[in-house]
Amino acid sequence: MSAYDRDAERQRMLSRRTLVLGGMQVAAVSALVGRLYYLQIVERDRYSMLADDNRISLRLVAPPRGQILDRFGVPLAVNEQNFSVTVVSERAGDVRQILDEVGKLVPLTEADERRIQRDLQRSRAFAPITIKENLSWDQVSAIEVNLPDLPGISIDVGQVRSYPFGEALAHVLGYVGAATDKDLEKSDDPLLTLPGFRIGKGGVEKQFDSALRGAAGTQQLEVNAVGRVIRELSRDNGQPGRETTLTLDAKLQHYVHQRLSAEMSAAAVVMDVRTGGIQALCSCPAFDPNQFAMGIGYDAYQTLLKDERTPLINKAIAGQYPPGSTFKMITALAALESGIVNADHRVNCSGHIELGSHRFHCWRRGGHGTLDMVGALMNSCDVYFYDLAQRIGMDRIAAMARKFGLGDKVGLELPGERPGLVPDPAWKRRALKAAWHPGETLIASMGQGYVLATPLQLAVMTARLASGHAVQPHLAKMIEGQYREQTEWPRIDVKPENLAVVLKGMNAVTNVPGGTAYKSRITIPGMEMAGKSGSAQVRRISMAERNSGVRKNEDLAWRERDHALFVAYAPVEAPKYACAVFVEHGSSGGGVAGPIARDILLECQMLDAARASVAQQPEPAAAPSRPDAGSTGQ
Amino acid sequence: MSLDLSIDRGAMTIGEKLGQISWSLVFLITLVASIGFAMLYSAANGHFDPWASRQMLRFGVGLVVMLLIALIDIRLWMKLAYPLYGIVMVLLIGVDLFGNVGKGAQRWIDLGIIQLQPSEIMKVTLVMVLARYFHGATLEDSGRIPFLIPPLLLVGAPVALVLAQPNLGTSLMLIMAAGALFFLSGVRLWKFGLLIAAVIIAVPLTWQFVLHDYQRDRVETFLDPDSDPLGTGYHITQSKIAFGSGGLMGKGFLQGTQSHLNFLPEKQTDFIFTMLAEEFGLVGSLFFLFLYGLLLLYGFVIAGRCRHQFGKLLALGVTVNLFLYLFINVAMIMGLIPVVGVPLPLISYGGTATLGVMIGFGLLLSVHVHRDVRMSRRGMGDL
Repeated sequence: MSAYDRDAERQRMLSRRTLVLGGMQVAAVSALVGRLYYLQIVERDRYSMLADDNRISLRLVAPPRGQILDRFGVPLAVNEQNFSVTVVSERAGDVRQILDEVGKLVPLTEADERRIQRDLQRSRAFAPITIKENLSWDQVSAIEVNLPDLPGISIDVGQVRSYPFGEALAHVLGYVGAATDKDLEKSDDPLLTLPGFRIGKGGVEKQFDSALRGAAGTQQLEVNAVGRVIRELSRDNGQPGRETTLTLDAKLQHYVHQRLSAEMSAAAVVMDVRTGGIQALCSCPAFDPNQFAMGIGYDAYQTLLKDERTPLINKAIAGQYPPGSTFKMITALAALESGIVNADHRVNCSGHIELGSHRFHCWRRGGHGTLDMVGALMNSCDVYFYDLAQRIGMDRIAAMARKFGLGDKVGLELPGERPGLVPDPAWKRRALKAAWHPGETLIASMGQGYVLATPLQLAVMTARLASGHAVQPHLAKMIEGQYREQTEWPRIDVKPENLAVVLKGMNAVTNVPGGTAYKSRITIPGMEMAGKSGSAQVRRISMAERNSGVRKNEDLAWRERDHALFVAYAPVEAPKYACAVFVEHGSSGGGVAGPIARDILLECQMLDAARASVAQQPEPAAAPSRPDAGSTGQ
Repeated sequence: MSLDLSIDRGAMTIGEKLGQISWSLVFLITLVASIGFAMLYSAANGHFDPWASRQMLRFGVGLVVMLLIALIDIRLWMKLAYPLYGIVMVLLIGVDLFGNVGKGAQRWIDLGIIQLQPSEIMKVTLVMVLARYFHGATLEDSGRIPFLIPPLLLVGAPVALVLAQPNLGTSLMLIMAAGALFFLSGVRLWKFGLLIAAVIIAVPLTWQFVLHDYQRDRVETFLDPDSDPLGTGYHITQSKIAFGSGGLMGKGFLQGTQSHLNFLPEKQTDFIFTMLAEEFGLVGSLFFLFLYGLLLLYGFVIAGRCRHQFGKLLALGVTVNLFLYLFINVAMIMGLIPVVGVPLPLISYGGTATLGVMIGFGLLLSVHVHRDVRMSRRGMGDL
């Protein structure tokens, strides 16, 4: 083979193999093209979605919480701006130095410093870190003025729930707080997962939370790979929380709170006897809901929790106490309705009554002499009611009590209401597995023993007595734009003449000299009140003590003193307001609770009178801010 | 021109040589590079700094270097093949001894003006030296095993050094480009088969004793990308998302969300084609592949028209190198092969890769200009 031939053969081999190489390259590039087609055409939708998932961050926008107003439109719970100072470390340059500068304007505690350092280490450089919350106005302006020298520092405006009436409405309104794990289990509202979002934690805030809360809005943000927000793509502000109007009268509530605050521990309920609208509902001592909304400290909370006067419990609806003599109207009415006795039934009170081997005492050791039913109510004679109880039996008393709202929850729109207790033989068999003792009927007839009622129930009872209608208490006047107030209630199935006897007795208590609360009467004509005192014994008085002389309340420790109760309505002629006052360990119903009830009912009517005179003058500024305010129950 | 076989191109004047340069290829190179500038401009969110402006400067320098190389007689390049190879080997050893560590690998020497990666230059010089070695070889030579030992050593030495850096991608490219030249020189296919069998035996051993942890991770991630979505696999996942979401027409220049919001890593270097595909869609990526394909075609045509073995092998070697860059880079960013860290020449930001490819193009142009020079079998010709 010649050199030329060899060369030619080599050339052919090279050409052939070049072609093979080129073919392989074409095949490889075709594979790339196929892959491109697969990614960019076949899988396009899936990857487009993934790209959007990458870059679009959905964030919830918290709606502003609805305001809570009183019946005249006075704000009871509002949202206030809450100023905080934040730093973005990437813009601050020397963060340490900037923090020192801010520290000169806003004092930072060591705990603050530690939290800031921790957040600085944890967060991305572009993420704002809160330095201090709840700044005062002075602090805000000091920082604003110095902003040019404080790179990376900015003032953030948040919203914080504020309760202008503070303690006075603490138990009615409740407060707001962060959602707990339990809340998250119960609800799938995405808002609950939002840091800093607050939900109703008690009272009206909890009861009407769904209306007040509103619905979450969403914000579509474009973010980069490290989460920095590039721009806002869209925003939906959601549904702001709805305004809620209550039946309360803030001025009256404020007054009631002040009046009760003079006592160690007390509660009162005022309601409209015709509509059932709660005008005031107060339990003292209370707590400051503003403190809770901001986040109460551990120590402050423990102090509240350990206080024997139970400031965290709404005693008006959750405190169950023996109603004492305020229960006697029920016994009297049960007796009248039974037909066994009438109003002229007379009993001679010698100071005690014998039943079997037991002796039941009247509160007046010497006895009252002979009394009819009105006289018995006026003097609160225990023996008279022992007599009635013996005649009619427990079942009639219990049935009448239930008609008047005792023994079960009355259904006020507040969380935590307790049912109280109206005992009868069937109940005792069921609950205590024991037979009813005839003596227990006697004890129950004067609201002691097993009988328990909440101040709210006593107010309902009084309203039903005064109106003769089965009014239901309620707090909501208008929710989500809907009137909720019911003004017509069915008559209670009792004879009007029988009811009149009881009301006459209540009138005698306050307005006839010698009545147990005559000293607490209202003397202004047309505003007189009728009522009934009650003193509920807390401790057991032993036979030995009774023999040696019952110790006076003043000699007892606070915890052992009698509870003082008073129920009343006014005005006597055309009842409008019913009121129940409970003073825990207040000793004397007539002497302690009575004057409070009088003051409250007087204030109710004075406020009405003042508003009526203002309304007559064409002065828009002084008129209630809402045109419909005061149209009901006035 | 084809009739004018007797022309002594070695005696061409500079002017004649300039006339012989394939200006259409130079234009095509500039066009592809310009697409790269645009993508670097986009990668910097619409700024020339820091990448596009410097890349343009480098390309300008590279263009001058390329033309100078093109004008120098191919026989001189043939003469210089061994010395140049020796110089680059010294640099490679220097890198292994004194090089700077970048991303867990010693790859470059800081020369002040340029951070030189000798391994990139080696891709060209290896092709030169192999073309030189096989220039005079007959088919009988290529059939003799002892004849193949020296070129195997010529390949093995730099591969070992690059692997020690460690740089798996470049090592593989060196091996594959060399393999192509062996293949073109007529080495029997069964010998390749033998070699591949040896590799199959060697792979588990290499896996166990030679590969670094991060290299093993990369291979493992390729085999199961979802196992490590936020690690190495994250890059490929994000790259695929960028490709796919680009669709047919793309999101528009400067509008790529994956790249501009930084979901795409290394968008100015290895993943620059991803950004192109995201912003210009399938249409844009196919057009780009078409231009690159044209570059490769030029390489084949120039090789075909060259009358001497050295020129043919050199042109084909340069072309194979370019193809390997393209294929490995694009296949990697589309998730077809493991992440091996190979840039896309002319497009990706990077000094030495650009320089290396421009040198390659210079040699290609030189082959074209000197396609008809006479050369003796031993290659010394009559220079």
